[in-house]
Amino acid sequence: MLSTLPVKALGLTLCLALLLATTLASIALGQTAMSFATVINALFNYDASQIEHIIVRANRLNRAVLAALVGSSLAIAGTLMQAMTRNGLASPSLLGINAGALFFVALAFTFLSLTRLQDYIYIAFFGAAIAGLLVYSLGMTGSASRSPVSIVLAGAAITALFLAFTQGLLILNRESLEGILYWLGGSVAGKPLSSVVPFLPFYGIAIVGTALLVRQINLMMLDDDVARSLGQRVVITRLALGVVIVLLAGGAVALAGMIGFIGLIIPHLARGLFGRDHRWVLPSAAMLGASLLLGADTLSRFIVPPQEVPVGALTALVGTPVFIAIARKRSPTL
Amino acid sequence: MTTHYLFRSTSEALALAVHRQTFKRCLVLLGLTLGLLLLYLCLGSTRIPPMDVIATLISPDTSEHRFVIQTLRLPRGLLALLVGAGLGVSGALLQQLVRNPLASPDIIGISDGAALGAVLFLAWLAGTVSLTWLPPVAIASAAITATVIYGLAWTPGSTTAVAPIRLVLVGIALAAALKAVATLVLVMSPLSTTVQAYIWLTGTVYGAQWQDVTRLLPWTLTLIPVAMLAARALTLLGMNDEQSRGLGLAVGRYRLLLLACSVGLAGSAVAFAGGMAFVGLMAPHLARRYTGQTSTGLILGAGLTGACLVLMADLLGRVAFLPQDLPAGIFVSGVGAPFFIYLLYRRRS
Repeated sequence: MLSTLPVKALGLTLCLALLLATTLASIALGQTAMSFATVINALFNYDASQIEHIIVRANRLNRAVLAALVGSSLAIAGTLMQAMTRNGLASPSLLGINAGALFFVALAFTFLSLTRLQDYIYIAFFGAAIAGLLVYSLGMTGSASRSPVSIVLAGAAITALFLAFTQGLLILNRESLEGILYWLGGSVAGKPLSSVVPFLPFYGIAIVGTALLVRQINLMMLDDDVARSLGQRVVITRLALGVVIVLLAGGAVALAGMIGFIGLIIPHLARGLFGRDHRWVLPSAAMLGASLLLGADTLSRFIVPPQEVPVGALTALVGTPVFIAIARKRSPTL
Repeated sequence: MTTHYLFRSTSEALALAVHRQTFKRCLVLLGLTLGLLLLYLCLGSTRIPPMDVIATLISPDTSEHRFVIQTLRLPRGLLALLVGAGLGVSGALLQQLVRNPLASPDIIGISDGAALGAVLFLAWLAGTVSLTWLPPVAIASAAITATVIYGLAWTPGSTTAVAPIRLVLVGIALAAALKAVATLVLVMSPLSTTVQAYIWLTGTVYGAQWQDVTRLLPWTLTLIPVAMLAARALTLLGMNDEQSRGLGLAVGRYRLLLLACSVGLAGSAVAFAGGMAFVGLMAPHLARRYTGQTSTGLILGAGLTGACLVLMADLLGRVAFLPQDLPAGIFVSGVGAPFFIYLLYRRRS
């Protein structure tokens, strides 16, 4: 763990460097590999007559931006959830929030003829909120709150419920299945840059909200009673955090589908590096989460070329060993 | 007045005690299952009156409904029955063995392991190797998954060997990973119709043929009786290990045998009907209320309840959204997931 201020600052700088490196790699590598000079030129010195420049502007850049946004959203949401539940197994994918958002998006896709992407984002927020409330009330209230496992079980149940409903919808509406199946696997490919624009204001609100709540989050890591006696309004903080989590996780699902385990692994990594002070943990988690998804997305182009593997499947494969390691510890509490 | 029917072999190596009331209730359940099967054969895009169905079953050659009943509905209904029974018994054994009412082959990842094996087989070997090998492949991958879960949940040096909670947690994680790999295989595989494979993963007995029934039947017909004969050990295994050892049980041997039965039943069912989730969770819970006084009753009851569940789900899938034919798995999960939530809710208070 990094302890002194200069070392922590250096660590954060390294996270930023990693983010930049993975972003560049994500733009440069793929079916058409190109030099970094070409990438820089395409970004800052655009020439529409060069194919490589067109690839960068039309395809790679969108992907990188989307991956960075989604990755950081999921990582921040996961960090907040783990702090809020004081449970190292909490994350948007395991607790059913992604599945809830996905189901409501699929429902809207089947029965409402929505055309604007914003509408899907709102619907994803709604779904994420419903699932989050369900899981929270099943797994965190009453005697269940004493066992860190009960919220994971509740999450598994809610995930199964919403996935089953989604499957039913998709099979009823088979024309859309082929396209959505890929999305079900989670993907950041093939979206125009404009598709992230409607999400940006919410992302901004969530980031500002998180920044404002950082001190409260640090106190949330303690006991509720301790936090209360230190003058915290626990319920209000929880509600505010809930809203931030819903904005981030719901938005991520609306943009990229089911991408699991980033929200689980990254918080552990960030806390391992920076300890329990969320002033450091949260920014590093955001950068590491973005880097992880950028890296996984780049890797997904090389596993079975020319096909691309859904990136959600890759993150699940990386995430499972980490999950098992956490579950094998005597207690998954933080 | 005796409360049990006893069956003993002369050497007492085998013994079966059947609680009288349980026995009667199992008969009722059996009647219900058969009635449901009859209804299953009657309903569909063409409705056939029950008497005609029975006449067709008795003398198929003279009936006008021969094709619909003999070729289409009967094999499908029987497959649904076998799959449901297998999953139900598998779940009952598992819940008793890990002493956790939330365990079931689909939640702790055994079904996902079997499904992954089956998907790999279908995607890359189905053209060259006979489909007879599908159940062994699915069972083998289910067994590998079960071993991995058990190994990962193992705590060296602890007396209980495997903490049930950790088993469930590791299972949930592994299930997620296996699902991811199965999605990966589906997207990458040369399977021409991803949609079909996806529907199969949801759990369906659509397009079942007699071959499927005859390929699954031997597994069900061996494994369920073996489980029944080991039922008296199952009662003891539900206690803690010291108690059951004190009562003279070879704990390790019987646990392995029953676990193998459970894995085999789940694996073979998944091989033919895909990921029919929640049957293994629900059936034992329902059966415990009705026929659960003894382990024998629990196994019989869970098997019959599972069969009823899948049969009903498939009937709904065939009839409710005509002319669409929906996978039974959707309906099973639609009921099963809320049931799971109810179980969690009840544990909470």
